[in-house]
Amino acid sequence: MLDKTAENGEFKYVGTRPQRPDGVDKVTGRARFGADMVMPGMLVGKVLRSPHAHAKIKSIDTSAAEALKGVKAVITAADLTADVPEAEYDTMVNCIAHGKALYDGHGVAAVAATSQAIANKALKLIKVDYEVLPHVTDVEEACKDDAPLLHDNIFTEGLEEEPTTPSNISGRVQFGHGDVEKGFAAADTIVERKFRTEATHQGYIEPHACVGNLSADGTGELWCCTQGHYMVRNSCAAILGIDISRLRVTASEIGGGFGGKTTIFIEPIALALSRKAGRPVKVVMTRDEVFRATGPTSSASMWIKIGAKSDGTITAMEGLLKYQGGAFKGTWVSLGCMTAFACYRADHMKTVGYDVLVNRPRAAAYRAPGAPMAAFAVESVVTELAEKLGIDPLEFRLQNAAKEGDQSSYGPKHRAHGLIETLETAKAHEHYNTPLGPNQGRGIACGFWFNFGGQTSTSLNVGADGTVNISVGTVDVGGSRASMCLMVAEELGVPYEKVRCVVADTSSLGHNDTTDGSRTTFASGMALILSARDAKQKLCARAAKIWEIPEEAVEWVDGHARPAGPNAGEFDPMSLAEIAGKAETTGGPIAGHHEYNARGAGVSFATHMVDTEVDPDTGRVTVLRYTVIQDAGKAVHPAYVEGQFQGGAVQGIGWAINEEYIYGEDGRLQNPGFLDYRIPVASDLPMIDTVIIENPNKGHPYGVRGVGETSIVPPMAAIANSVSAAAGVRMTELPMSPPRVLKAMDDAKA
Amino acid sequence: MSQIHVQTTINGDETEFLCDAEETLLDALRDKLGLTGAKEGCGTGDCGACSVTVDGRLVCSCLVLGAEAHGREITTIEGMANGEELHPLQQKFLDHAALQCGICTPGFLVAAKALLDRNPNPTETEVRYWLAGNLCRCTGYDKIIRAVMDTAAEMRGA
Amino acid sequence: MVKVNLWGSLKARAGGRDTIEVEAQTIRQMFRALGEEEPGLVPVLETGISVAIDGQIYRDDWFKEVDEDSEIYLLPRMEGG
Repeated sequence: MLDKTAENGEFKYVGTRPQRPDGVDKVTGRARFGADMVMPGMLVGKVLRSPHAHAKIKSIDTSAAEALKGVKAVITAADLTADVPEAEYDTMVNCIAHGKALYDGHGVAAVAATSQAIANKALKLIKVDYEVLPHVTDVEEACKDDAPLLHDNIFTEGLEEEPTTPSNISGRVQFGHGDVEKGFAAADTIVERKFRTEATHQGYIEPHACVGNLSADGTGELWCCTQGHYMVRNSCAAILGIDISRLRVTASEIGGGFGGKTTIFIEPIALALSRKAGRPVKVVMTRDEVFRATGPTSSASMWIKIGAKSDGTITAMEGLLKYQGGAFKGTWVSLGCMTAFACYRADHMKTVGYDVLVNRPRAAAYRAPGAPMAAFAVESVVTELAEKLGIDPLEFRLQNAAKEGDQSSYGPKHRAHGLIETLETAKAHEHYNTPLGPNQGRGIACGFWFNFGGQTSTSLNVGADGTVNISVGTVDVGGSRASMCLMVAEELGVPYEKVRCVVADTSSLGHNDTTDGSRTTFASGMALILSARDAKQKLCARAAKIWEIPEEAVEWVDGHARPAGPNAGEFDPMSLAEIAGKAETTGGPIAGHHEYNARGAGVSFATHMVDTEVDPDTGRVTVLRYTVIQDAGKAVHPAYVEGQFQGGAVQGIGWAINEEYIYGEDGRLQNPGFLDYRIPVASDLPMIDTVIIENPNKGHPYGVRGVGETSIVPPMAAIANSVSAAAGVRMTELPMSPPRVLKAMDDAKA
Repeated sequence: MSQIHVQTTINGDETEFLCDAEETLLDALRDKLGLTGAKEGCGTGDCGACSVTVDGRLVCSCLVLGAEAHGREITTIEGMANGEELHPLQQKFLDHAALQCGICTPGFLVAAKALLDRNPNPTETEVRYWLAGNLCRCTGYDKIIRAVMDTAAEMRGA
Repeated sequence: MVKVNLWGSLKARAGGRDTIEVEAQTIRQMFRALGEEEPGLVPVLETGISVAIDGQIYRDDWFKEVDEDSEIYLLPRMEGG
């Protein structure tokens, strides 16, 4: 597959840093995001949310709200389809509670009115009769036999024996190979520890927003900010009981997602309100709603045990991970288990995971979902073990790093990847060899992520003036349109500026999976390369017709069709613009397409290095220096690759030091705002240095690997290792906020 | 409930609109005047995505009432470029790839311009603290800080 | 015959076995044969599953060929952020 590489110097556009095609609109305020859309006759929709963590909904009286002047529609669960497919059922119930409110912030009813003020007033007139039930928000508490039960029809899956009583543990998973008991028996030194992490939110700056317009005959349109408008279309159509072909979904510009916009929350509500009111309805979440009802990631309780021989060889690795996924089943604990030890080689590995239900919002994917918390625990123990053995933690990692051909923690043997190169680069990096001051510590950690392919459909149209339009169905969350244009420019041999990319609506292309799993630049990019090859073949065929020679006697070189070899005849090469200009008389429009289920996404590894200083009087952690080293396969637009590295690292810094969901005794979220849920700000941070490693992915024509997610896997561990060194005590709970660090230091002294 | 008649200047243009007493300047700009460049990220003055200036002073427009705009001069992101010509900050944000999703970008640009109007030669620390009221979740701020520093250097040289 | 490796928690559904040998040329044939051999696996195979063939992971790819020399692992269906 790999047919262009940096080594053979073939790249002309890929690897450069041009201005992004949507750039000017974004710096001038013209770019239209979710909440920026206006449709004629549009109403304002608002959602009534449960103030209780767990409550039976005995009745809902909407009559007073309906009677209010200016109110055009009120909906409850009864307005959504009764025969929704099983796969969409939880998603529907998460949008609007069916019989039971399962968390503080769970949607219960919704109104559409002529103004926001009237809509807010109408919400207050809806009378909900709740029977408050006991609740549980802690993952360990929820596992206890006497814990309040969220669902009486969920029985633990994956046990040896079929359970007979329902449980908040919805599933058990196990991975590994060998016999860990045997492995630990062979170890000279063993470290085992328990770890806890709190839930964090993806924290995108743009709240969920949409405008729905659905007519009584089931034909409609929806404008929304999402990572996957095809997913939105399919889910909404199922929940509303309409044909998918009748619902056209257009993805707005998206103000951040990080996994949090890979599902739906308000979209079917806007459409149901619109259907009832007969007018378009706009629903925009408040920040309070975003925190209480969307995202977040799982909180986790973990136990890790690793043993090694005195020469530094790891003999066994074992882990137990418990992740809560909120009020519905399906955490990413499987991925936590599969990725936990993926950076290492050992004959004996075992991870067991539990998927746990609590009265919290349904967990949504968050950048490399499931992996960062496991990495925090594992990489902390790896460093501690190295220290006990008297081996440099980086050398210890190099000694035990998984290589091509080693059996992975998740099963199959590793293919070629760049983990060793990231570690070697770290070792040689000036950062790693710079002395530290008092109260300072240095931490390193490695991280792994799978990266995905998936269903993808793209289109490429050649304009009469020789410019090129490309259409993708994958949402651009961080500059991917620029990368798409670069790859097409490279393939066609036309200047980058002549290629323009749009994210097409759901009626314009075949199905596209959501922008998730770091798949977009890989999968849509490869589809466009193949679309461009399709178009090139047609361009060559047109040139052949014009020259009146056989098609196979024409080849495409550097943006031109030219006779292939001396026997083909003497013709001047024809540029793309020249051929396109004659399209009308040579057979009509020239286009290229590709539809496939992309395979060959290469895994990605990173090593992060961080220096922190701990204030011994307050426990406050300051990040002094941070370096990200990650394998990108081939960086298509290096500036945006660096941006992914930096953004992931800083989200990890927030998770490590500040961010957490805080629940009160009453089961209500106490910090649903950016003031109290504090994400990192500019003054908290140093510059984030990056090194891009390019170990080509053989599954992509240019060697591209996804880069979006791996960068959030190592930071919490790297910072924990750094803070533990600076504070002189092993930190095992996130966030490492000043009170926690101070207490750990005090406890260590006592 | 009668509405308030507000006469103001926005990006140099004399403008008037009607608003409710409790309506924010941000809502008036976005919903009444179609100036959707200022974004609502929080509605509580924590994220800075709605940054505008009122008589030259940087504010979160979600914390200002629409009625308070009366008799004032408001500038928004829509007033930053001069026709086709981008402001140097806008150009540097593009050159440095200082945006990913772009939702925070208008607020950062308005805030950064307010800084450079006041202090043409800020240190990195000054830039970081001045922009601490603007949240970005994508970039980790690195390229934003570089873009602002580079703009300041270029504008001093010009 | 191809040798299929199961991930840990599938063992309970496959009579405690962690590998099963079946006659198959494609992923689809392999799924069918696995279901016939161990009916307990059918619900998991139907809800969606990934297959690693020589370390390369395939989702929803019925007609991908498998052969005797391939290293084959079943993996849970994966979703990212």
